[in-house]
Amino acid sequence: MQSSASSRVHELGLRQLSGLLHAKKISCIELTSEFLNRIKTLNPRYNAFITVDHKASLVQAAEADALFASGRAQMLTGIPLAQKDIFCTQGWLTTCGSKMLANFVSPYDAHVVERFKQLGMVSLGKTNMDEFAMGSSNETSFFGAVKNPWDAAYVPGGSSGGSACAVAARMCPAATGTDTGGSIRQPAALCGISGLKPTYGVVSRYGMIAFASSLDQGGPMAKSADDLALLLNAMAGFDARDSTSIERPAEDYARDLNQPIAGLRIGLPREYFSDGVDADVARAIDLAIAEYRKLGCETVDLSLPNTKLSIPVYYVLAPAEASSNLSRFDGVRYGYRAPQYGNLDDMYRKTRAQGFGAEVKRRILIGAYVLSHGYYDAYYFQAQKLRRLIAQDFADAFQKCDVIMGPTTPSTAFRLGEKSGDPVQMYLSDIYTIAANLAGLPGMSIPAGFGDGGRPVGLQIIGDYFSEAKMLDVAHQYQQATDWHLRVPEDSVALASKIPPNIPSPQAGGGLGWGRL
Amino acid sequence: MNWEIVIGLEVHAQLKTQSKIFSAASTQFGAEPNTQACAVDLALPGVLPVLNRAAVQQAIKFGLAVGARINRHSIFARKNYFYPDLPKGYQISQFELPIVEGGFVLLTFPDREKTVRLTRAHLEEDAGKSLHEDFHGATGIDLNRAGTPLLEIVSEPDMRSAEEAVAYAKTLHALVTFLDICDGNMQEGSFRCDANVSLRKAGDAKLGTRCEIKNLNSFRFLERAIEYEVARQKEILEDGGGIVQQTRLYDPDKDETRAMRTKEDAHDYRYFPDPDLLPLEVSDDWIDETRARLPELPQAKRERYAREFGLSAYDAGILTASRGMAAYFEAALARLPDQQKLIANWVIGELSAKLNRENLEIGASPIDSGQLAGLLQRIADGTLSGKIAKDVFNAMWQQEEGGDADAIIAKKGLKQISDSRELEAIVDRIIEQNPAQAADYRAGKEKVFGFFVGQAMKATQSRANPAQLNEIVKSKLTE
Repeated sequence: MQSSASSRVHELGLRQLSGLLHAKKISCIELTSEFLNRIKTLNPRYNAFITVDHKASLVQAAEADALFASGRAQMLTGIPLAQKDIFCTQGWLTTCGSKMLANFVSPYDAHVVERFKQLGMVSLGKTNMDEFAMGSSNETSFFGAVKNPWDAAYVPGGSSGGSACAVAARMCPAATGTDTGGSIRQPAALCGISGLKPTYGVVSRYGMIAFASSLDQGGPMAKSADDLALLLNAMAGFDARDSTSIERPAEDYARDLNQPIAGLRIGLPREYFSDGVDADVARAIDLAIAEYRKLGCETVDLSLPNTKLSIPVYYVLAPAEASSNLSRFDGVRYGYRAPQYGNLDDMYRKTRAQGFGAEVKRRILIGAYVLSHGYYDAYYFQAQKLRRLIAQDFADAFQKCDVIMGPTTPSTAFRLGEKSGDPVQMYLSDIYTIAANLAGLPGMSIPAGFGDGGRPVGLQIIGDYFSEAKMLDVAHQYQQATDWHLRVPEDSVALASKIPPNIPSPQAGGGLGWGRL
Repeated sequence: MNWEIVIGLEVHAQLKTQSKIFSAASTQFGAEPNTQACAVDLALPGVLPVLNRAAVQQAIKFGLAVGARINRHSIFARKNYFYPDLPKGYQISQFELPIVEGGFVLLTFPDREKTVRLTRAHLEEDAGKSLHEDFHGATGIDLNRAGTPLLEIVSEPDMRSAEEAVAYAKTLHALVTFLDICDGNMQEGSFRCDANVSLRKAGDAKLGTRCEIKNLNSFRFLERAIEYEVARQKEILEDGGGIVQQTRLYDPDKDETRAMRTKEDAHDYRYFPDPDLLPLEVSDDWIDETRARLPELPQAKRERYAREFGLSAYDAGILTASRGMAAYFEAALARLPDQQKLIANWVIGELSAKLNRENLEIGASPIDSGQLAGLLQRIADGTLSGKIAKDVFNAMWQQEEGGDADAIIAKKGLKQISDSRELEAIVDRIIEQNPAQAADYRAGKEKVFGFFVGQAMKATQSRANPAQLNEIVKSKLTE
């Protein structure tokens, strides 16, 4: 293999990587080793991974090579990717970013993990995340905050911050994320990558540790819309083990990628372009919209009048579901148990007091409160009604437009520690992403330039139910016309330059075994 | 003071499905601890519930059988509380919109009938078991039972005595076993009752404060617990005290109920719709198909027995009190088609008495329906007297001669003596030996007639055909 090729593989998209593998220009083991090396060098600075297991990854890569050798390789065979540590992976730690599960090795694979394995894809490790996906900065992880590769003094966003950082710093070609209120789109925006939250029910939640069941949805995070489409093909599909999984014919999410978008009607909700948006973000979004006009799209001004309700509604419903979903972490069967306790109640109290971090406890308390006798009608029941109004806003909007666009976040990445003492300020950073979860709609974020500090700005695209293929085309057309998605953080480029050019043999990597970096 | 007793029951009937209500694990009773608990039952991180349609089917069956409304749209909710044998920290149950609402059950007593209204019946999952023995101060958790489907059947407070409560529980038990939706095994906990008991002054419209007695797993405990609880409440009220709303446990060893928790420390279960499960939609077609496949229900069977076999309503009621009882009766009837009365008398009389004495279900009877039919055939054809038949029955019960009536009759020489010459010879001899009594009879003291019959029976070890013997004694004494 050419050394020039090896120094560039981390920049390539999935189609190109697949092409190299199928043309036997590179082996799965070489490709996997390349990324493992980058993780080894870059991760100590960014803390994007909780668990890396060189040996296990290389074993998977060897199996993928065997598929190539026997002519059974498919498009994504041998492509390495990272899993958000919320997905259960057999034989690997699955911590969900919590002390509560710091020792938990899942005896089974999540649905999406099974799908990746069936295709012969290779796992590079488990990415860091806010504890139980509760957070917008990745600072609530028991395993320490993730750093933004564009500026390590800034947060990468959350909760899928480890995955976003890992893709941005090219420690993996792609990663999985989950999005309950923006946890794929917000970190994608803050780290300058592409991320898609599909329509609720498109990706099975089986094996994805629940935060708020009616809002949680897994999705892909990658460098480009093209990569997202290929990954979504692997992740999506009916699963009888998830009662909320939607049974519909399989689709090829890449099928529309080259459809012209002239005449597309882009809805611009005035609530997404209000005073709440930082000027540098607004400027970048305006330029992105201008680019779409150049591509022949029309814009439609419209209103989503209940936008301001989405945060209060979300912070009733999500904690309510979470308070119940997290009850199983009780120290009885698995996970953390307080080392010393008196009676049973004391064991519960100490285990949960010691095992959960502050943000998780805050949400359990809120959730238990809004569900409690005498408050249910005033909070939970009201919030459910408002949730329907918010969904109706979108239904009305999609009468007038094909997709909705706006900023993914009101600002670019904020400093580590800047909002961690002020939960409400933190919650407000999800103001534009939450509504899509409440309505169950697909939403994505793609890189759209940079703000004043040189930190990325994300353009959010919200589509109607099951319109992922169209949204991916809309994003892809923009990425054909711009190169924001190809920009790489200089900080990571400088660090990576120290990586020796040679690619280690599988034997060399084989001895490393378990390692938490 | 005249107090009116008010009782409502909540019955948990374990549904007869192969797998659990939200997972694919088996529901078989008695396996090694935790061998029938899959990832879903263990509530591992990331697992999700999937509703078992067979459990829904059985709930529909029940609803149709009690004339209830089957809700086309019902909701599963989470009941949140912490307990080690509740792996998720919540139980999936139905709260605001249950699958079955309304309906009624008809109770039959020797002298009257009574209707008990049902409030609702809803689907839910059972918890696991905490094992407090054998763990040296620790508690063992067995999750085999976790996720077993239950139908919780809630009655209106329509019962007015322990007797009525027991009759209701038995009627319901018969119904769910007839429907084949519950095995009815109370020892294994397949059918358990909670009783809500309160008292009020006769004539009061308002209900008194109630206490709930939990987990009564036999009809006898149900009766004893209610009787104790009624006496306890009566004593408090008559002393001018007030009843504290409580959950109480019945201790069968001490035959008393004792407080488990009061309303003040009652849980706030924080019910809310389970977001992992879609609302349960039941189509009209599903209901119609289920209705078409309903078996003959106890009440219809009871009416048919009374009509076709000329049995009293009460006797017909006993024969239809359980699926096993009716099946036993019908199997015996198939062997002796024209002896309905004889079979009914024996099943209700001798057999039931013996089963009750030994606390056995009819399914565990040492004498099967074919064997009983064999015995009754010998009564019908005059081989045995009723009295001797009881001896044969007892021998069969002890499994003598493999429980075969004919073999026992042959071995013990119990065949009835219907040979008049043989009987005449015996009677002649007794009259000869007792001239004084014979003279008394002839002098008009007819009471001594019984003495001669008794002596003759004794002489034949009760094998004499009674009707024939009477005739012979009468004619010989008046000669």
